[in-house]
Amino acid sequence: MAWFRRSKASIETVPQRKETPDGMWSKCDGCGEIIHRKQLELQFFTCIKCNYHFRIGSKEYLTILVDEGSFKEMDRKMRSTDMLDFKDTKQYRDRIKDSIRKTGLNDAVRTGLGKINGIEVVVGAMDFSFIGGSMGSVVGEKVARAIDKARKSKRPLIIVSSSGGARMMEGALSLMQLAKTSARLAQLSDAEIPYISVMTDPTTGGVTASYAMLGDINIAEPGALIGFAGPRVIKQTIGKDLPEGFQRAEFQLEHGFVDMVVHRKEMKETITKLLRLIWE
Amino acid sequence: MPKAVIEFEKPIVELEQKIDEMRQYSERLDISGEIKILEEKVEELRKAIYNGLTRWQKVQLARHPDRPYTLDYINTIMTDFVELHGDRCVRDDKAIVGGFARLEREIVMVIGHQKGRDTKSNLYRNFGMPNPEGYRKALRLMKLAAKFGKPIITMLDTPGAFPGLEAEERGQAESIARNLFEMSHLPVPIIVVIIGEGASGGALGIGVGDRILMMENTWYSVISPESCSSILWRSWDFKEQAAEALKLTAPDLLAQGIIDRIVPEPLGGAHRDPVQGAEILKGILLEELKKLRKVRIHKLIEKRIEKFGKMGEWEE
Repeated sequence: MAWFRRSKASIETVPQRKETPDGMWSKCDGCGEIIHRKQLELQFFTCIKCNYHFRIGSKEYLTILVDEGSFKEMDRKMRSTDMLDFKDTKQYRDRIKDSIRKTGLNDAVRTGLGKINGIEVVVGAMDFSFIGGSMGSVVGEKVARAIDKARKSKRPLIIVSSSGGARMMEGALSLMQLAKTSARLAQLSDAEIPYISVMTDPTTGGVTASYAMLGDINIAEPGALIGFAGPRVIKQTIGKDLPEGFQRAEFQLEHGFVDMVVHRKEMKETITKLLRLIWE
Repeated sequence: MPKAVIEFEKPIVELEQKIDEMRQYSERLDISGEIKILEEKVEELRKAIYNGLTRWQKVQLARHPDRPYTLDYINTIMTDFVELHGDRCVRDDKAIVGGFARLEREIVMVIGHQKGRDTKSNLYRNFGMPNPEGYRKALRLMKLAAKFGKPIITMLDTPGAFPGLEAEERGQAESIARNLFEMSHLPVPIIVVIIGEGASGGALGIGVGDRILMMENTWYSVISPESCSSILWRSWDFKEQAAEALKLTAPDLLAQGIIDRIVPEPLGGAHRDPVQGAEILKGILLEELKKLRKVRIHKLIEKRIEKFGKMGEWEE
């Protein structure tokens, strides 16, 4: 039996840590800095200390890119169907429902008309939070329609990508979205209308192997992971650790697959400058 | 006699061996009656087994080591094949072959993935997994075909584009994207045939065309059943379920509106009678080429883009 005994609890145990008001503070994945939401917004969701670019949704990106009040969304209601009756550990239609509920989005891309410093454009931005930004029939079709709209209304096209690749739960139909979107881009190109592709973290798989890499001008955000195969798969294949910076935006610039790496706070001005040079 | 035997083929192969043995005795003994009975039995067994294959078993058939590859088809049904090499940038990718050839009276550009038969040739062919220079070689050859007004036939058979370090450095994604973009408005007829494995972007990278044909015992999907299992089930053990869920066989893809036509194979698969299998394909290729020849080029391109435009399902 213990001869020492604490007579009473002298150290108060905190029953539960006080939570900071929901979502007010964010921790930087790059350097660990704690940043207030307001400040983060002012910094275009990048870290003041290390320039780390936070993953943001289409709503935030379009606020950064498009003139206030000028965005008109297209095909907002389009939703995926579980056409293959796909079931892994979860039925696909339930996965869609849950994602819709959690994110308030209908699928992984938002497209529409808008203005960038007064220049009329068709613009799209992806949401990584919706099933990893994966491209199924809805993403493919919305992007294809955005391209058509750009061609028919003679407006430049800007697409901000963020995706893990094609959506497995729609099988080969997902794969065909690569061909669908690329074919439409060929038509757009034949009509001599500019397309600027912006790649954010991460842009991999089927989206990179179709519209993300097909910009007349390809822009990447600093540090963004951009590639075809995922780093884990490559590591498995070659059985070695991957070099520092592999598949990052700067690596893609070095190897000639993006025209420039642009900080998010300069994105709008860079796109404006480019459009004024090639379009206006 | 096939060199390699898949589990579900075993009862058939065993029976066939028995018949062979009996034939040797039949010189001394009259057992032709018994042989006949066994032959009928093996035929029934074949029908029962091959008509009831699961999706995973079809994947196994598509990967059968005795299955004919691109060069086998070229050598069986085409003449005057002249292989052309290199992407004019980096090197010659051995996982994709291509060149001009004659198919009866038609002169075509034929391009396909190429696997090896044994360890040595598989290393040489990189197991049929192209690097970016493979796709760029294919595009160079397709543009050559367009320049001289020759139709293009592509044959798809790959476990995927190679996921290597150098492949990424040289732009695997860009090379595939570029091919999809260019193939969609190439001014010559394009026929695509899935002859084995159609794994994702690595297959589609030479797979945009006016007619998409799929051989009976092949698969085509966004991912292989194994990789799908490892990602969605977080284990390699659910490949059978993944194959079922992905709906990746020829009848599945016909129902999904992705392919236009299934090319029948000899009972048991193309490897059971490679020559017959190739002849069936030849007949269908000629038939399809004749149809495509009648369509004006600008109409053909319009229809091609529309064809892929229709793929997918959604509600709004």
